Amino acid sequence: MTVAIHVNHLTRKFNDLVAVNDISFEIEQGEIFGLLGPNGAGKTTTLAMLSTMLKPTSGSATVNGMDIEHNEDGVRKSIGIVFQDQSLDEELTAWENMDFHGRLYRIPGDIRNQRITELLALVELGDRKDDIVKTFSGGMRRRLEIARGLLHRPAVLFLDEPTLGLDPQTRNHLWQYIATLNKEHGITIILTTHYMEEADRLCNRIAIIDHGKIIALDTPANLKDGIGGDVVTIKSSDPSAIVAALREPWVSRIEQHNGQVTISLQNAEQHVSTIVTLLNRDGIAIESISIHKPTLEDVFLSFTGKTIREEEADGKANMRMYHKMMRR
Amino acid sequence: MDIIYTIWLRNMKRYVRSKSRIIGSVSMPLFFLLFLGFGLNSVVQIPGMDENYVVFLIPGMIAMSVLFTSVFSGIQIIWDKQFGFLKETLVAPVSRLEIMLGQTAGGATTAFIQGVIILVISVFIGLNSQSITGFLIAFGFMALIGIAFTAFGIAIASRMDDMTGFQLIMNFVVFPIFGLSGALFPISSLPPFLIPLTLIDPLTYGVEGIRYGLTGSSQINPVVSLAVLGGFTVAMTIAGAYLFRTIKS
Ligand SMILES: Nc1ncnc2c1ncn2[C@@H]1O[C@H](COP(=O)(O)OP(=O)(O)OP(=O)(O)O)[C@@H](O)[C@H]1O
Ligand SMILES: [Mg+2]
Repeated sequence: MTVAIHVNHLTRKFNDLVAVNDISFEIEQGEIFGLLGPNGAGKTTTLAMLSTMLKPTSGSATVNGMDIEHNEDGVRKSIGIVFQDQSLDEELTAWENMDFHGRLYRIPGDIRNQRITELLALVELGDRKDDIVKTFSGGMRRRLEIARGLLHRPAVLFLDEPTLGLDPQTRNHLWQYIATLNKEHGITIILTTHYMEEADRLCNRIAIIDHGKIIALDTPANLKDGIGGDVVTIKSSDPSAIVAALREPWVSRIEQHNGQVTISLQNAEQHVSTIVTLLNRDGIAIESISIHKPTLEDVFLSFTGKTIREEEADGKANMRMYHKMMRR
Repeated sequence: MDIIYTIWLRNMKRYVRSKSRIIGSVSMPLFFLLFLGFGLNSVVQIPGMDENYVVFLIPGMIAMSVLFTSVFSGIQIIWDKQFGFLKETLVAPVSRLEIMLGQTAGGATTAFIQGVIILVISVFIGLNSQSITGFLIAFGFMALIGIAFTAFGIAIASRMDDMTGFQLIMNFVVFPIFGLSGALFPISSLPPFLIPLTLIDPLTYGVEGIRYGLTGSSQINPVVSLAVLGGFTVAMTIAGAYLFRTIKS
């Protein structure tokens, strides 16, 4: 297997803030690799460095064998990118946006026209090709951006929050496209998301990133197995008492946060009645109890002690969201 | 060259589609011509010129139209920044210089066309030049003004994050450049303390050059005008290219 992306102690600071903090990983050719993390985790900053739009403070990286600092043009030729924020010309038609891109990447006229036709058909925009982008819905714009990113046949495709703000149906559709692109065209894909489900469904491997650091990196299955079995969640007014009451050998992990206790254990179905009995004996009231197979949300919780949503309620992240919205 | 053409082409497409902008930017110089020109026609006598005030004003209005359109076209890069489109161009394997030159070519062409529209209208309100060479000379000066001030707009846009500074630039840079240029009055009739200001205003040489082309007479030798405006255009293009090189999306 050849390496598509090699990241070596990459760091980026903005004044005092360390947005990306000494991250290292490798992505193999043909992989779908996910960067999963809350707002402000450093996902976009990482992609900006890998796509030569931002200089690293320290560390290095190669994309398709080319150094991001010393061979910018080579990197740019090898990559396609769909930015987090829209980057279409709204006054132009879908076709004209594609055509502009094709010319910028110096694709000869006949090949350009043929590919644009193919790609617009792929993202089901063939019949809207001569409409001004201003008249497109969010999902249509996103599909157009993905088609555009593929026009010059990049070896690596960067997708920054490809389905952010889309309805579930459109999102499902896009997931299918992405999976097909990867399977049929062998394109290496690196995508960022804060949707657990998206990362779980699409990615061969996931790096969980928080406060600029990679805190876990593995296949979704391995990450979830690492939790130690199934997950039992109990809501109660006295979570600490539950933690104290359940010091049993079959509990592989027990944590409380936010009036909620999360227990990891093997074969939860067999133990759940024991749990209820133990809590009853100690007179602890249970508001609700549930069992589920571990999700990436549980993985995130076990590594950070917070759910991704709590993390996003963080003041700084909010300020930034606010900032972004004001800029529109 | 392909890249410059690509960016120029996009500018042209956007220009042709913005009907309201075309009409909007023609209306101000036209308004000046009709009201100022005809209003002051009987009152103002330009020394050393047989023509009436309207004819004196025409080159100034053409220059004004080119000036405003080109500064505006250059500054449009800020919108590309805000709407995110600039990223699409910056991440492509093309040099910043090509992007900047394409944008300059696009803006200058737009501005030139706006100037030509005023010129054509002028033919109907009293401009009676028959000399093809004269028109060509005027076209040359219009093109130079267009290039220089689009590059100027790009230079400004490369250092601004949003449109808040735009009004400031208009009020304290662009309007003074226009007001001091001899577009509205002959240089020789200014009070002496204002003359140096007029002479350091690059647009003065553009207006005088166009005036020489269209009316056959000017207060500054057209060769001097060409040299000064030409030099200014080169300087602005270099400054614009230099600042654009470090633009952040
Ligand atoms: N140009 C900048 N100047 C200063 N700080 C920045 C800049 N860009 C990003 N940051 C900061 O760096 C941190 C990481 O931002 P980044 O955009 O990489 O996060 P993200 O993981 O993409 O988040 P999101 O899910 O909101 O897109 C944030 O704290 C952000 O405020
Ligand atoms: Mg981001």
